[in-house]
Amino acid sequence: MAGTSERYSFSLTTFSPSGKLVQIEYALGAVASGAPTIGIKATNGVVLATEKKHKSFLCDESSVWKIESITPNIGMCYSGMGPDYRLLVKNARKAAQTYLLQYGEQIPTIQLVQRVANVMQEYTHSGGVRPFGVSLLICGWDNGKPALLQCDPSGSFFPWKATAMGKNFTTGKTFLEKRYNPDIELQDAIHTAILALKESFEGQMTAENIELGLVTERGFRRLTVPEVQDYLANVL
Amino acid sequence: MSIMSYNGGGVVAMKGKECVAIASDLRFGIQLQTIGLDFDKIFQAGPKLYVGFPGLATDTQTVHQRLKFRTNLYELRENRKVSPKVYASMVGNLLYEHRFGPYFVEPVVAGLDANNQPYICAFDLIGCANAPDDFVVAGTCEEQMYGMCESLWKPDLGPEELFEVISQALVNACDRDAISGWGARVYVIEKDKVTVRNVRTRMD
Repeated sequence: MAGTSERYSFSLTTFSPSGKLVQIEYALGAVASGAPTIGIKATNGVVLATEKKHKSFLCDESSVWKIESITPNIGMCYSGMGPDYRLLVKNARKAAQTYLLQYGEQIPTIQLVQRVANVMQEYTHSGGVRPFGVSLLICGWDNGKPALLQCDPSGSFFPWKATAMGKNFTTGKTFLEKRYNPDIELQDAIHTAILALKESFEGQMTAENIELGLVTERGFRRLTVPEVQDYLANVL
Repeated sequence: MSIMSYNGGGVVAMKGKECVAIASDLRFGIQLQTIGLDFDKIFQAGPKLYVGFPGLATDTQTVHQRLKFRTNLYELRENRKVSPKVYASMVGNLLYEHRFGPYFVEPVVAGLDANNQPYICAFDLIGCANAPDDFVVAGTCEEQMYGMCESLWKPDLGPEELFEVISQALVNACDRDAISGWGARVYVIEKDKVTVRNVRTRMD
């Protein structure tokens, strides 16, 4: 962030006459054209599902992941620009470790979300930088309760029971509104998440072009390709 | 002249059965002159969490205030009270931040955690934590307090017995130290109440 942003003392995100921050609207546009991501909170856990379409079959799918863990109990995914996401993952991991060092306790999910959202907000207020072109879905398990929150380029964050982001997110949300109930259990939620992803999927869904992440009382983990394959076999 | 013995004083904390006790002398002195008789080195950090800061009196006040700053913000951000372990972590952190220009206090933390289990912890002036199962001591009379605690303490003391044991340990240790004493205050923390008592001591 050195160099250019030090020379600009003014923000590039400025108000339009109607009171909108156009840069943030554009950033949300970048998110809405990104690959779809689904998150569903069940009574006993949270599931994150995302499409990971590669540009060519020459791409090595197992080298780079979209779903990343931040702490043993918190996981994260995104829709939008990959490089911007990587920076936020690094930031989130550092914030979590700083918290652990100071308080001797793992960071609660909402506290992590607040810190990440604060960083995203700073980039809409600081000189010489642009907003992040990602929306994040952060899931975690704190004190026996699951949590699912979304962070937007503006820096606002929302707790969700179930949500969709990225391409065709309105279709996804409508699908989830119909299929969600507050007593849903994790296995059912995984099934529903895959179906929601399938709604807007072009082509054949395989274990290599989607990713699944789960958080339960045992913590967060990304499912392996064979595990994803098992779930897909039950759905398709 | 050692900075840690400029003002004098001592604090002790002990674990009991589902209770903890923490006690401090009340002397405020400048080298050998006694100035005040009501200088309690123990402060409340939570409904069942108390902390004592024996050592240089100015740092007793400042460290308490700076920790209060941090815990106030924690409680506002997280919408919950600090637990004893987290508080102890914050104390150690604050002290180590000043590793090469330390605060001259050796804090003692005593409290009940969320399950009403006793927790005690003591630190050196640069934040090394020590959280044992029996008792912790700090101050100019710590060696005397070690002797008293080692002989009087036993596990699973009830609140009334714990009060007697900690009072005797503190008072007799302070009596063997010229710059500690001049009154004592004892806090007994149980799951449903905290009892504060002033103990009559030799006023010399």
